[in-house]
Amino acid sequence: MRRLFNTWINGRLRAQIVKELLSILRDPRSRLIVFAPPLLQLLIFTFATTLEVRNANIAVYNQDTGHWSYEMEARVGAAEFVNKVYTVHNRDQLRRLIDQRKVIAALDMGPDFSRDIVAGGTGKLQVIVDGRRSNAGQITVGYLNAIAANVGSAARKEPQRASPVVVRHWFNPNLIYRWFVVPALSGILVFFSALMITALSIARERELGTFDQLLVSPTTTLEIIVAKTVPALAIGTVLGLMMIAAAAFLFGVPFTGSFWLLLPSLLLFIASVVGIGLMISAVSATQQQAIMGAFAIGVPAVLMSGFATPVENMPLVLQWIAQGIPLTHFLVIVEGTFLKAMPASDILANTWPLAVIALVSLTLATLLVRSRLQ
Amino acid sequence: MSAHPASNTTRERGKDHPAVIIDSVAKHFGEVHALRGFSAEIHYGRLTGLVGPDGAGKTTLMRIMTGLLVPNGGSVTLAGLDVVKDNDAIHVVSGYMPQRFGLYEDLSVLENMRLYAQLRGMNTDQHADIFESLLEFTRLGPFTQRLAGKLSGGMKQKLGLACALMAKPEVLLLDEPSVGVDPVSRQDLWRMVQELTDDGMAVVWSTAYLDEAERCESVLLLNEGKLEFDGPPQQLTDRLKQRSFRLTGVSGERRTVLARALDLGSVGDGVIQGDAVRVVLRADAGREEINALANQVGAQLESVQARFEDAFIDLLGGGPGGTSALADRMDPVKLDSDIAVSCTDLTKRFGDFTATDSVSFEVRRGEIFGLLGPNGAGKSTTFKMLCGLLKPTAGEAHVVGLDLRRATGAAKSQLGYMAQKFSLYGLLSVRQNLEFSAGVYGLEGASKRERIDEMIETFDLTPYLGTSPDALPLGYKQRLALACSLMHRPPVLFLDEPTSGVDPITRREFWTHINGLARKGVTVMVTTHFMDEAEYCDRVAMMYRARLIALDTPDALKRDSRSDQHPDPTMEDAFIHLVESADLEDEARTDAKAAA
Repeated sequence: MRRLFNTWINGRLRAQIVKELLSILRDPRSRLIVFAPPLLQLLIFTFATTLEVRNANIAVYNQDTGHWSYEMEARVGAAEFVNKVYTVHNRDQLRRLIDQRKVIAALDMGPDFSRDIVAGGTGKLQVIVDGRRSNAGQITVGYLNAIAANVGSAARKEPQRASPVVVRHWFNPNLIYRWFVVPALSGILVFFSALMITALSIARERELGTFDQLLVSPTTTLEIIVAKTVPALAIGTVLGLMMIAAAAFLFGVPFTGSFWLLLPSLLLFIASVVGIGLMISAVSATQQQAIMGAFAIGVPAVLMSGFATPVENMPLVLQWIAQGIPLTHFLVIVEGTFLKAMPASDILANTWPLAVIALVSLTLATLLVRSRLQ
Repeated sequence: MSAHPASNTTRERGKDHPAVIIDSVAKHFGEVHALRGFSAEIHYGRLTGLVGPDGAGKTTLMRIMTGLLVPNGGSVTLAGLDVVKDNDAIHVVSGYMPQRFGLYEDLSVLENMRLYAQLRGMNTDQHADIFESLLEFTRLGPFTQRLAGKLSGGMKQKLGLACALMAKPEVLLLDEPSVGVDPVSRQDLWRMVQELTDDGMAVVWSTAYLDEAERCESVLLLNEGKLEFDGPPQQLTDRLKQRSFRLTGVSGERRTVLARALDLGSVGDGVIQGDAVRVVLRADAGREEINALANQVGAQLESVQARFEDAFIDLLGGGPGGTSALADRMDPVKLDSDIAVSCTDLTKRFGDFTATDSVSFEVRRGEIFGLLGPNGAGKSTTFKMLCGLLKPTAGEAHVVGLDLRRATGAAKSQLGYMAQKFSLYGLLSVRQNLEFSAGVYGLEGASKRERIDEMIETFDLTPYLGTSPDALPLGYKQRLALACSLMHRPPVLFLDEPTSGVDPITRREFWTHINGLARKGVTVMVTTHFMDEAEYCDRVAMMYRARLIALDTPDALKRDSRSDQHPDPTMEDAFIHLVESADLEDEARTDAKAAA
């Protein structure tokens, strides 16, 4: 009897799982939705969006004729981050260059710059930064500061003295931007793919009318949910592993943690996203509504997950909400596994919330599908 | 008197000329030939029916006539203008109402009309008279402030018609105006079109309902892109004089009699008509065979008037045979109880709106039971509660003695369900669809393979196994849907509008299977809006405004509506009669309430 029961369940479930997989993989459009955006985003995020400042243009208004102002100008011109130095001869010219966004910052050295230095005092120069590009501007100021400090120590003819404060960045000593972004992307891309696949799944069947067909068959609501979870889980896992492999081998991000701790976390993460996706799908009447729903939930979720801005900087209420977003927890796990060899206990601290979210969202999805029968 | 405020000068000038000249027009979309090159003329002051099953090319021709499509060959001249060269002018002289008229559902009736007037470049303030006459003409006056989305199907069509008439067209093209419209509103549409043609306008009415052809003055009959007939419908039915017969007095055996009749070489077509069987003999066939059959089964044979549908089927070489290979393979259904489906005081409310209002009935085993009614009457809601897709607000529904809301998987496998528009997985191949339905009903291993092979053989699906259901011809799509819903041999079969949008020949094949299944004891629940299809049912439940207004055999319903006006009423007449008396009753009740 028990064996009969098992085979019976398996047969029905198997038929549905095959159906779900085929619906995603046989449709050129859904293949595109599933696989194209992750690859595109991987390229865009890693190459196009970077916080480092490169190829900056700087204007120099040098009113001094002394040695040190030329030294300063030469060092700026030689700096790696600088693309071109504009030499200007009056304030108006300088203002115009910033106005037209030709330069991001301008150096203004007064006529007494070299004389003050030679006299043993401090040479003063003014840096004018384009505040419209505040982030890149600040970084540029930092670079210029370093150059000025070097000029200063050369002027005192002292051997290069160690600065009083030495900053050392742990886990990413050179602050390589990609080390941070690429592992996080694996989470974000899997998040969107799994959300999309599942958000469309019930809505598509409802549009076709096959959902009614499914509901009158002997299959149970739980089986429907399981059948829709499995393919999304499989495809999400494949995508996630591809991203992780790309990070480790293509971009050379050091993978210091345990793969065997990361994998189950990835599965739990996808299961919790699938639950959210199915909830969206259960309340959508059409695929269009489902896509709208997925974006309405997905975009704020990514913004609040701690990918772009630290969760700790958000107002308390939003921090609580962020705890309900699967991505928040998975980002901690994936960043930690890549860069800081996160120990099992710390990973566990972030996986149990994932398990809770998965349980709650999948249960709610089941109940929503059931209640839509009313 | 003028029903429409259009000026008649242009029409009078052109009256001697045809309104539309179709000259060997051809159109293909890729490999699909929608129109295969034919010529015809459409005249002013006449209602011309553009008749044919779905996919015959009606809409393509309509869109070419309005200049929305460019033909691949030939030409069309409308009101003296070439539809390609004078494209801009075409939109001024023609009015076009597509299948789904582009009404803005969130705008009111009046706002929709204003919008269409403005799109035509009319100043809405100066044309109050046009609005008034159109509202009076369509009888939409009391509803000007109602949102278009909240109108009934019939009222939407009337509003669409009003918008299409805004530009005072010389030629009015209506693409399937009667789809989704209840018989009462349909009468209204006919009346309006009649007034327009009396006024000199050329009106083209395209339809897949062949019975509507008989109401047109002239008919263009299309099938698979070819013009099969051009002329008054009477001319076509006259060819079938003395070839249509009715076998009466066979009530208990009528399905067997029909099957035997259809298998006769001399019979080209046949259907169930209430308690009788209606047959059409092939051209040049003698009456001997059918006489012999009538004698054998003790039936009376009487000659009846030919219908347009008879003529259409005859033109295409007759319908399918009477034997269902599917039913032949089935074992007779055994059920413990004689009642297969029952419901008591079944009620469903959505908020304030009552979709089904305490409906009760019982369906016997092996019965074909029809739920009939206009869109929005509550038949779909009732149907969905019966098969467990909706939870009743009050009352109970049982299938084979089980409440499907609480039923286990085993109980659910007692019913088969075929949803409207053949719900198949378009992304899966035909074979994968069959395997899915077998799997989801728990079939496994050898029995699964056997059952699938059987369905493939019965329905001739072998050439299509690798294709997507979306690419199948309509008839095969229907076969596949039926195969999927019968894979697990259910004793009760639910069919939701199974033949909407299907050509008459495919419809006959479908009913051959259903008749065969019923003879094996399968109980069939069917919803339909084809009035003549109701005649195939053993009993019909008529629904109107959420209530069950009548429940009887088709013959009894027709008999009850007999009047001096309609001595031999059709199902449609019976329906209209029932609806009108239900309305009268409602009025009487409100009056009584007001008096109290």
